[in-house]
Amino acid sequence: MEKPKPKLGDQMVISRSKFGTLFTSLQKAGYSIIGPTVSNEAIVYQELSSCEELPQGWTDRREPGTYRLEKRDDQALFGFNVGPHSPKKYLFPPEHVFWTAQRKESGYEVYEDKSELPRYAFVGLRACEVNAVLLQDKVFTSGEHVDQHYQKLRDASLIVAANCTQADGTCFCVSMGTGPKAEKGFDLALTEVLDGEQHYFVVEVGSKRGAAVLGGVSFRRAKPKELKLAEEACDRAAGQMGRTLETDGLKDILQSNPDSVHWDKVAKRCLSCGNCTMVCPTCFCTTVVDRTDLKGTSCERIRRWDSCFTNEFSYINGGSVRQSTKSRYRQWMMHKLANWIDQFGTMGCVGCGRCITWCPVGIDITQEAAAIREREGDQASIGKVKEDEHAVT
Amino acid sequence: MKNNIKRRPKLAVWKFASCDGCQLSLLDCEDELLSVAEEVEIANFPEASRAVARGPYELSLVEGSITTSHDAERIHKVRRASKFLITIGACATAGGIQALRNFKDVNEFTSAVYANPEYIETLNNSTPINNHVRVDFELRGCPINKYHLLEVVNAFLNRRKPNIPSYSVCMECKMRGTTCVMVSKGIPCLGPVTNAGCGAICPSYNRGCYSCFGPSEDPNTRALSEKFKQMGVSSDDLVRMYRSFNTSADVFMKESMIHEQD
Ligand code: SF4
Ligand code: SF4
Ligand code: SF4
Repeated sequence: MEKPKPKLGDQMVISRSKFGTLFTSLQKAGYSIIGPTVSNEAIVYQELSSCEELPQGWTDRREPGTYRLEKRDDQALFGFNVGPHSPKKYLFPPEHVFWTAQRKESGYEVYEDKSELPRYAFVGLRACEVNAVLLQDKVFTSGEHVDQHYQKLRDASLIVAANCTQADGTCFCVSMGTGPKAEKGFDLALTEVLDGEQHYFVVEVGSKRGAAVLGGVSFRRAKPKELKLAEEACDRAAGQMGRTLETDGLKDILQSNPDSVHWDKVAKRCLSCGNCTMVCPTCFCTTVVDRTDLKGTSCERIRRWDSCFTNEFSYINGGSVRQSTKSRYRQWMMHKLANWIDQFGTMGCVGCGRCITWCPVGIDITQEAAAIREREGDQASIGKVKEDEHAVT
Repeated sequence: MKNNIKRRPKLAVWKFASCDGCQLSLLDCEDELLSVAEEVEIANFPEASRAVARGPYELSLVEGSITTSHDAERIHKVRRASKFLITIGACATAGGIQALRNFKDVNEFTSAVYANPEYIETLNNSTPINNHVRVDFELRGCPINKYHLLEVVNAFLNRRKPNIPSYSVCMECKMRGTTCVMVSKGIPCLGPVTNAGCGAICPSYNRGCYSCFGPSEDPNTRALSEKFKQMGVSSDDLVRMYRSFNTSADVFMKESMIHEQD
């Protein structure tokens, strides 16, 4: 039988035993494959050389401030949710050298790294992560000043999403409209199905590039029953959300309650450690530092991840604007869930639950937002704490 | 451009109660040490040479804490002879491990350790340098990070602010991609209240942070201790966790005392 030519929107089936052909097809096309793998008791993103490195038979259990890896009783390859890493590790790396410079007889000469950038194929991105990439696209490439490095990496990259067939304690993509099934932004999207002895992946074609990759893969047309099972698997995940975020009117509530006593309550527990911002797949703040040698003959200009939870972050002439933890936590949540809408037309949260899981003390953005909402209009709660915002606490 | 005829600024390294590990970081700079020596005149550096050039010194690096009355006087002389005084390491900035004596009777120690305790002249407390004289910059760590030391010397030579982080170890931990040991393994970690600088070494070896670099800019030790307790850490262990290399750092000392009363 002649192999059907995959088109946009087509749904095919790759059996588990032929799944390796997806990897070989990506490798043949020159991609370096980034995907989930077990390393030191967590599922992290790394460069993979074969599909056997995927977290087969593993799952993760996430609660506020807790992450544990556990064995599944089947051999699913994508039977988990999300680990500490996200695609931003590759598309927006923690440290990036913009340029280096050498002092010359008169003035400086500036060198830019012109070496070829890797072409990443992300395999196994969750719907929330695909949406996080789309949000970072907006931040870095829309508007007047395009981030060239990001744009180049992004243009060359390919996304093979893996729809979630289960959800865990800190997931809330349903509230954010970002999952558990990827609706846009992917080149290929997989849904893993384990049905008795049957183990296969329903694959949906999201772009021409995706279709081209599929050309090198062993697949067949999907049967109606297979499509139905895949759909049911995603629906199951949607029903398992560990958390919900009530987004209706939230922007106005947050923006009109900068003095809610609840901010003080969070600040008591918050360590101002910055973990939430580091793990968030949409957080994009950076600082720029210059490294010079002792003689002042050479210099590098580096961009490094920064966080609104540090003192330096809001440092302007005369001191830091946000010295209290209260003002920093408020800034973070207010930006994510309210001011992003003014800035980028959408909330900056995709409901992945990382900030909740990886907060050492388990502070939960959904609960904190709900608490502010609950106290809304509670006049007794407002203005009671009129302490100096800028006082060091 | 640099003028070669220009006199090189004098750099002096001073040792107080310490193990010498921090000044050794300067020797450890190997490749960079030659350029340091080209840019500054090393006027006093006990670990490298016995020769001492006369002051005044443009830059003094002070290692160690104050534990004797003799040293309490000597540090004033160092201050008077130095234009910039930078303290290096946990001893100089937070009393060091020897500040554990601050909670006990020092005479008991001397009589237990020395055959002739009457020859030992020592103060009851080990105190950081900034309790005695004005300090222009504090470089933390037990030991300090040698690249930080180079950065401080560099910033001094180029008349700029040193690029030294004051945020938490967690930031470094996440940037290097380490999986948090607290969250994934339930190991108590002092990273969230500890100043960055080591590159988050311990978590990358599956250990919690011991806080070699002392308190970060906004250490919420109260909230972290609460979490440790929920994880099953005893009050005795909490006291020990906050009393190590940076024992007499204010926040850590206060936090340890709270758990002593538990
Ligand atoms: S704010 Fe939290 S839940 Fe939302 S995208 Fe960021 S890490 Fe995920
Ligand atoms: S919310 Fe949690 S992760 Fe974020 S800064 Fe506060 S303690 Fe750290
Ligand atoms: S392992 Fe320690 S230093 Fe690293 S993120 Fe967790 S709490 Fe912070």
